[in-house]
Amino acid sequence: MWAYFSRRLFIAIPTLWVVITAAFFLMRLAPGGPFDQEAPLPPEIMANLKAAYGLDQPLWWQYVNYLGNLLQGDFGPSFKYKDFSVTELIGQGFPISIQNGAAALFLALLVGIPLGAMAALKQNSGADHAAMTVAMTGIVIPNFVVGPLLALIFGIWLRETIFALPVAGWNNGALPNRILPVICLALPFIAYIARITRASLIETLRTNYVRTARAKGLPFRIVVLRHAFKSAMIPVVTYLGPATVFLLTGSMVIETIFGLPGIGRYFVQGALNRDYTLVMGVTILAASLVILLNLFVDLAYAWLDPKVRYE
Amino acid sequence: MSDAPMSDGGSGANLRVPHSHALDKAADVEGRSLWQDAFRRLQANRAAMISAVVLIVMALVCFIGPVLVPWSYEEIDWNILEAAPPNIEAGHYFGTDSLGRDLLARILQGGQVSFLVGILATSVALVIGVTVGATAGFMGGSVDQILMRFVDVMYAVPLMFFIIILMVVFGRNFYLMFLAIGFVEWLTMSRIVRGQTLTLKNKEFIEAARASGGSTAGIIARHIIPNVLGVVIVYVTLTIPQVILLESFLSFLGLGVQPPMTSWGALIAEGAQEMEITPRTLILPAVCLSTTLFCFNFLGDGLRDALDPKDR
Amino acid sequence: MTSVLAIDNLSVSFATPDGDVEAVTDVSLSVEAGECLGLVGESGSGKSQTFMAAMGLLAENGTANGHISLDGLDLLSADEKKLNTVRGERIAMIFQDPMTSLTPHMKIGRQLSEVLIEHQGVDKETGRRRALEMLDRVHIPEAERRLDMYPHELSGGLRQRVMIAIALMCEPEVIIADEPTTALDVTVQAQILDLLMEVKANLGAAIVLITHDLGVVAGLADRVAVMYAGRIVEQGSVADTFASPVHPYTQGLLDCTPSLDVETEALETISGQPPNLQSLPTGCSFHPRCPHVFDRCQTERPLLERTPSGQSKACFYNGAEAG
Repeated sequence: MWAYFSRRLFIAIPTLWVVITAAFFLMRLAPGGPFDQEAPLPPEIMANLKAAYGLDQPLWWQYVNYLGNLLQGDFGPSFKYKDFSVTELIGQGFPISIQNGAAALFLALLVGIPLGAMAALKQNSGADHAAMTVAMTGIVIPNFVVGPLLALIFGIWLRETIFALPVAGWNNGALPNRILPVICLALPFIAYIARITRASLIETLRTNYVRTARAKGLPFRIVVLRHAFKSAMIPVVTYLGPATVFLLTGSMVIETIFGLPGIGRYFVQGALNRDYTLVMGVTILAASLVILLNLFVDLAYAWLDPKVRYE
Repeated sequence: MSDAPMSDGGSGANLRVPHSHALDKAADVEGRSLWQDAFRRLQANRAAMISAVVLIVMALVCFIGPVLVPWSYEEIDWNILEAAPPNIEAGHYFGTDSLGRDLLARILQGGQVSFLVGILATSVALVIGVTVGATAGFMGGSVDQILMRFVDVMYAVPLMFFIIILMVVFGRNFYLMFLAIGFVEWLTMSRIVRGQTLTLKNKEFIEAARASGGSTAGIIARHIIPNVLGVVIVYVTLTIPQVILLESFLSFLGLGVQPPMTSWGALIAEGAQEMEITPRTLILPAVCLSTTLFCFNFLGDGLRDALDPKDR
Repeated sequence: MTSVLAIDNLSVSFATPDGDVEAVTDVSLSVEAGECLGLVGESGSGKSQTFMAAMGLLAENGTANGHISLDGLDLLSADEKKLNTVRGERIAMIFQDPMTSLTPHMKIGRQLSEVLIEHQGVDKETGRRRALEMLDRVHIPEAERRLDMYPHELSGGLRQRVMIAIALMCEPEVIIADEPTTALDVTVQAQILDLLMEVKANLGAAIVLITHDLGVVAGLADRVAVMYAGRIVEQGSVADTFASPVHPYTQGLLDCTPSLDVETEALETISGQPPNLQSLPTGCSFHPRCPHVFDRCQTERPLLERTPSGQSKACFYNGAEAG
């Protein structure tokens, strides 16, 4: 078990290192510096700026420095938000993004698994077809379409009714301000999780061990919950890895649409402003999150499938 | 034992043997009948056929339409200069956007971008994915190990961030975007092709080609790739909408195509700004994008059912 | 003696995209308490599906017609709830593949005890104690330790013993063993057969042994029925059937079973392939492969009839009309 887990951990660390290194050198490949503007700055000001941010040092020294600072949790100064360090910006934005992401994920599991299970147990019924058509719609229509449409409906068309919801701003995390962003972020997940659950449960219900359980005379409810469900959840757990990536990119969209000060929006702003350190900081944070979630998925496997524990 | 007239197995609860039997035999007897069979099955799938027709019509309209529309996508109608409702006399069949540009012309131009990115970026993904996958699967051993471990690592990286970094570093170059998206989408393709190659590798006809002295590259090109084709066609059809989605996503964030050019994602972003006054500017491009994505997905599912009967 | 399980005119068909396929046609069988019936046939002959129908375990596209009575209770017309009071309690089944027939994420002990807990309402401790006793009875070494193991930690032979133990938990009246040894190594096969023999001797249950291996039947069964293409073609006592088979198919099967007693030059085989259920030959389904075929076989289907020797066969050939 521990051997299994530590092996995973040993793959995770080099992956993170590759991400950091690739991000760092890609940024330095950029033609022109971060301070290139339409009206060129006087050379001495430019030199001062570069010196202030350590850009006059040799590249390898900058790299080593950056790594060293990272280990201390220092992502360096923001190139554009002059009064803030990247660490401060992330410190502000990250809690907002993670709250929305976790809420969306929770909502998706809460709705998606029962929906998919119901479709699987009533396979080829009207309810099954209806659920899967809805799921297909949720997958196909991107959240940057759904987001503005939800804003249009709840923010403008229903403005005068009790269904009106705020469509912009964080408002210190007031519940109404969270509803639309979280739903918008969760919709595609609900759809994916429902589809995966359905396919996987149908497959599990056809296994020999479910047949054995039925031959024992157990009520169907117990056959499903005790014998089929745990195995059927393995693909859903597997999906949590890619889901994290999805969540991160989704947060760029919903934070932009709904004007939330999370890391997704900082990243997009940073990219538009060529704020290199900010973009790198968020990228590294995102990669760490994905790697962490994948480790969690590995742990969950061990719980779902006893074979893994003894690998 | 092989002389005994009885084989065991197949007595499980799911007796699904009888119907596939006849099909398998037909495919064995004549290679071509597999494709004919698949085509017949595809024709029977109404959702897939309608989707194919809709896609062809949309592509034709996007590429031929601009010639017939009186306004170009970047031309500003100085008489309007704001988002106006449809005006047939002035030639604005869908109305104008907030700068007074013809919305229909812009949607058609955006459609061109979507279809182009769909085809070009998918081609990039196709070439890399098939090459890597076939090589890994066919060579096996340490080559396979290294390539697939690399793919594993890439999967664990949030690649969207890297696409955006690339867009930042190299400016928002139109063609670079195609390349960057293609570089992301090849991963799954390579896995699929590798899996398919592995199962094919030990089939008799490959053995025969190897025994008769075919070179590795020759065997891959002449025997493996043609046989992987079915799976690849299915996956390509399902990759195109993903790629279109990626481009729209980037353009929505302002990191994709740059003005005065536009794309459906960029139009949706613009429409979202204007939706309070003219919901039309949001809804029309959203409908176009969603329809295209739906059709590609239906077509892909239909092709999968048609080409891969064991999946049913 | 009255039969515990009686199957009467059973037909099973499966709906497929290419039309209905009848896997079992007009089968009538019965077993008495303490008796072991061997059911022999090639894969696809319908032997497993006959008893899947009895257990209510047909695939979703399958339908069964006829009557299957367990001590007067008609299993085919019983609903799922009624069936569940019987399955595992009065009629149990041992499946072919022990490697995939146990739930991978549940400990062995729980998979055994849940049968008792469900049917007899015992508490967890009692269930565990009885599970331990049962593991001992099927000769699983270190039974105490195995209770807390997962299936993948056991060998194939041990897993099949666990499957048998599960079937025996409620001491059922009927035990159906569907190819119980097919997936196992030869040495392990013999051990499992010994165990089944012991179960038969001690339990007094009716045992149905489904197999394609005539050797297994010879060692264990009292009576044997042979199925071909969904129908019973021969039925009789094991002694009679092995000594003087009355159907050419049974004859063929016996000829191609290797024997240590008789010196043979080469193993005989039955020519041809098992028939496709979707396009069965006219007349007797076996006629294309039959060495004694004559005109009548191609147009008319023989019915199962009693022979003077007390056996039953579905065949027109009686030795004289040969050629």
